[in-house]
Formats: sequence, structure tokens, C-alpha cells
Amino acid sequence: MIKDLTAVMGASGDEYDIREEIRKHINNDTYVVTTDSIGSLYAVRKATKSEKKIMVTAHMDELGFMVTSVTDSGMLKIKALGGFDDRVLPSKSVRVGKNKIPGVVGLKPVHLQEGDEKKQNAKMKQLLVDIGCFNKEEAEKLVSPGDYVYYESEFVDMGNGIIKSKALDNRTGCGVLIEVLKEEFDFTLQGCFTVQEEVGLRGAGIAAYNLKPDIALVLEGTTCSDVPGEEEHKVVTRLGQGPAVSIIDRYSYSNRRLVDLILETAKDNNIKVQIREGVGGGNDSGKIQTSLEGIPTAMIAIPCRYIHSPSSVMSMDDFDNTVRLVKAVLRRLENEKELNLSGGKL
Amino acid sequence: MIELIRKLTDVNGVSGNEEAAAALIADEMKPYVDEIRTDTLGNLICVKKGKGKRIMLAAHMDEIGIIVTHIDDKGFLRFTGLGGINHFYSLYQKVAFTNGTIGVIGHEEEPGELKDLMLDKMYIDIGAGSREEAVKKVKVGDAAAFIGSFAVNGDMVVSKALDDRSGCAVLIETARQVGDCENEIYFVFTTQEELGLRGAKPAAYAVEPEMAIVVDVSGAGDTPKAKTLPVKCGDGPAIKVMDKSAVSHPEVKQLLVETAKKIGIPYQFKVAAAGGTDAGVISVSRGGVPTAMLAIPCRYIHSPAEMVNINDMANAAKLLAEAVKNA
Repeated sequence: MIKDLTAVMGASGDEYDIREEIRKHINNDTYVVTTDSIGSLYAVRKATKSEKKIMVTAHMDELGFMVTSVTDSGMLKIKALGGFDDRVLPSKSVRVGKNKIPGVVGLKPVHLQEGDEKKQNAKMKQLLVDIGCFNKEEAEKLVSPGDYVYYESEFVDMGNGIIKSKALDNRTGCGVLIEVLKEEFDFTLQGCFTVQEEVGLRGAGIAAYNLKPDIALVLEGTTCSDVPGEEEHKVVTRLGQGPAVSIIDRYSYSNRRLVDLILETAKDNNIKVQIREGVGGGNDSGKIQTSLEGIPTAMIAIPCRYIHSPSSVMSMDDFDNTVRLVKAVLRRLENEKELNLSGGKL
Repeated sequence: MIELIRKLTDVNGVSGNEEAAAALIADEMKPYVDEIRTDTLGNLICVKKGKGKRIMLAAHMDEIGIIVTHIDDKGFLRFTGLGGINHFYSLYQKVAFTNGTIGVIGHEEEPGELKDLMLDKMYIDIGAGSREEAVKKVKVGDAAAFIGSFAVNGDMVVSKALDDRSGCAVLIETARQVGDCENEIYFVFTTQEELGLRGAKPAAYAVEPEMAIVVDVSGAGDTPKAKTLPVKCGDGPAIKVMDKSAVSHPEVKQLLVETAKKIGIPYQFKVAAAGGTDAGVISVSRGGVPTAMLAIPCRYIHSPAEMVNINDMANAAKLLAEAVKNA
């Protein structure tokens, strides 16, 4: 399933194909499946036993690029849709536009580089996508400004339960959510695949406003930097050490009681878990937790090395443990009658 | 009022961890309001019922502080700021965790020059000899407040967390003074302001006010070669015309000006090139809320030794208590 989900190209604002792919994995007999005005996909299973509504979300957009103009020589200028490292782009194979025509991101060969060119990293402004055309007219027949550009990167099983792919952020979260939607709970479960997370958490706020959940859980792929050379206190998560629970990032501060409940649940069920030891980045919780009168929100993420690159690396063991943990947390919330996450009269 | 501000600044309530501050403020507010409640984000909403206009007075109760991100084998803590902490101010400060554990902020190597100071090379020393010993006292995700004890110099008050317990004190004093009032007043003590105005947004959504006034501190420009506009401590509360987050609504601003003239209290205007307040999210809540900003001039903001003038706070409270009746 992760292979299928990551293969689909769907950047922010271009989530049509990935939405249709996800739809295939949802049981239409038990879920009411709808989309909203911005394109997020909702799968809601209405409960009969409880008034409680719990939203579980994962954004389905991936990091991508957009064509901004075509040069006289038939090359494409592009811009990133989301947080991006210029150094990752040169010499990569890409696919452009609706017809996914092949292209490469050109970089002056080392033989021709002079002085500072060798030392400095190429900036996106200098990089052009070569689609094999010799002039503007030729290129414009195939591509126009506004077309999407995607990394081309094969899914690889590296053995040892480790996989490599593009778009693990956040098709891995989508995969967990699909697994979770196979279970039945006595509260109303609102599965939500959001759009445009990478360009500013745009779908999530709308979804929270529409679904009005009592509690929200956000599923993500998150940064993992347990690689040689990184100082120990800067390692945010570790591959293979289980789902990472976020306490804080740039846009959200997970509900502290909900975080405690998640960590306790992991312990009780003997599920490997880690705390995300970093504060950078952002995720859909940022918009969800301040929606309406405020929504208790927490984020559970799967560590992904080399995130936002075409070659992200993830452990299937972490994936399985995340599925187990999310299910266990929801099961626990089902039975928590006294849990008050929303204040009240003093 | 000095005793009130001492109590309010003594309590620790770092962004996202405002429970103790909220409990203290709820106690102080109890005699003056009809209903007190908290919400999901931890905002404290105190309602003085009335049949007239719904007016929201807001001050944030969170203060800047630190959050632990990592504990190393030797028992030292790595951390980052909760809110805009200044790395120059942070070095060798003391911090206090909720359970009373005290730490000192150190730097990896003795920094040669100020410009070499880096937050991610700093650590907190809680005197633990090992990781095992440290985790008995503190865990990753725990927050701590800076220690900056309270002092009085004539009319000037010095402490940590005057941003924005000054505003909280003004709201409590306003509640004490307001007495009979047609309008329904919501005294809202917000959370997570320092993290991006996060508490005020859902609070404003819930309260649905017809008018709002936000009370916060604002940089005073009365120190040697200060860059900010010439707002002076002791020259009265500042009616903030605009900052990065909002422009005060002309009618609400005018209400403050007229009221100040009527009851004869000093006031000054402030136009801020930087910074923002909860007004940024309250003013654009739902269909829009006419909102003004009232500021207590403050020196050394976000340091453990912030300084305000007690008369500015007293005058701000007098002004608000009268203004909400005339709105």
C-alpha cells in the first residue's frame, strides 16, 4: 500500500490523483466519503453509541514544484511548493505537467565550472528543467506555466524492513490512517486526508471547522536525523525507535494531557514510542488546535530520514507500531469517560 | 496594586503551561464576576453579566520561558525558547521548573564574544550527575520560567513576566472598580500569546464580542539612545494606534481618548513598527471585532528584569473601568 500511495504524484493544490487512490482503500459501505471546497477527503463513520467525535488526519499532498515560465531556449523555470533545500534538486529526474513528460534538472558539468561556482551550491533561481526542447515554441506545446513538476523516484525495499521512496511525507501518515479506518469504534470517527499542508496547513483549518471534532489526532512523517555527524541533542527522532509523539513545533503545542495519554497507552500496550525531541517544522495541528473554540490536538509521526527529498527512508517496523499505537489510543479514548481536555466552569 | 502585581509575577506560567497563573487570577477575579470558566487552550474567561454590549477585555497570562528538548548522559538539559527568548539575556540566568527544580543556563564553551552566543550551544545545569538522576526531576517537554525576582523602586516595578501580568493586573483592577455596568464584560486571560496569539483566537470565537480592548506591554523609548518611539514610563497608558498585528479600530480608540480626557488621566499614543498582540487575532475573529490596544510602557521586555511604572497600570485600570460603561 505504501508503494501505491507514494507512487502517485500529488503536490499541494494537485491532489486529485492521490485523493482517488486513497478513496480506493476506504470501505464505502461503512464510511460516508465526501470532499470539501478545498479538496480534502473526509471518511466519516457515524457512531450510534456515543456523541463523541474524533478526527484523525493526515495530509495527502507531497512536496512538489511548479513551472513559472518557459525560457527562449525551451527550458523551464520552477518554484518549490513547500519547504525545500536547493541543494537537493540538481541532476534529478522529474516529471512535468498533466502528461508527466520526462525532464531533468540541469547543472553545469564540473569540467566547466569555475572558481566560486565549484564551491557554492546552485540556487533554484539558476536551475532549469530540461525537457528536451530546443526553443520556446516547442516547449510551450508540452508545458505551460502553472504545470506541476514532480521528482521521479522509485519505491525500493532496502531489506531489513527499511524502504526508500519519495513522498513518504506524508503518504506514510495516509497509510496509517487507512489502516485505522478499518477498525470500528463506538465514537464517530472522522478520517480526514487534508490538502495543501506543505504550503501552509491550508486544508486542515477548513476540515476542523467543518467536522467540529471533540479531539483531533494528526498523523505525519517527520524529520529524522539520526545520521553520523549530527550532535546527539539535535537528533529529533531515531529510525526504528517507534512512532514519535510531538510536544511542540513551530505552529502547535500538543494538548499536554493528550500527550500523556498517548505515552501511557504505548507503555501499557508495550509499543515502542519516542518523543520528538525538536521544535522545528510544522504540521496540521497548528491550524486544528485553534479552530472554533479550540480543539485538543496531538500529533503522532513516523520518522523519515532525508525528508522532503526524492529519497526518503523509513522503517516499516515504525509504520506497524504507529498503526498499533493509534488504534490503541483511539480504543483508550473510547473508554475514557472522565477525561476532560476542554476546561469548563470553575 | 503593588501587592497584586507582586503575586501575579511571582507565579510561573510559561506559554502552554499557564495553569498556576490561571488559578491565581481566577481567585482574584472571583469576587467581581458572575461566571468563570476555562477552555481547551487553557484561557480563563470571567464574565460580568449585563444586558448591553458584549465587551471583551483581554490580557495574556503566559510568559516566555524554555522547554526541555533533550537530556544527555551526564544529566545536562538541552532546551529551546517558548516564545521569543533572547540568547543574550539567557546566558547564566536561573530557571525554575513547575516542581521547584532550579537550573542555571550555561554555554558549551566560554563564549569569547557576544556574537558567538548560540541558543543551541546552551544547556541547563540542574546539578544532576547523570541522566538517571536528571530524569527523576525533569523530563523532555517540561517547561521552566526564568527567575527574575520582584523589586520596587519608587513608582517603578521590576520583575520577570511583567509582559503581560501587568495587563492581567490591569484587568483585575478594572473588574474591582467597574461596579454597576449595563454592558456584559468578558475579562479574558489568554494563553500562548508568546507562541503566536494562539489562545486568543478560540477565546474570541467563543465569546463573540461586539467590541474588544487588548491590554499588553509595549516597549518604552525613554532609556539612553532607545530606538523605539518616545513612549515614557509614567506618562500614562499608551493607546496603541497600530503594530504589526493590528490597527486599533478608530471608534474604540476614540472611546479611550474621550474617556481619558473626561476623567482626567494622562495618556500617550504609540505606533509600533514591530511586535504584535492578541488584537491581531481578536479583531479578525468571525465577522470582525472592533478592537483597540492599550499598552503599559515597559523597559527591557522579554528579559528577567522588565520594568514598568505602577501609575501607568493604575491609570489604565481607571480608564478601562470608565470606558466599558460608556461603550
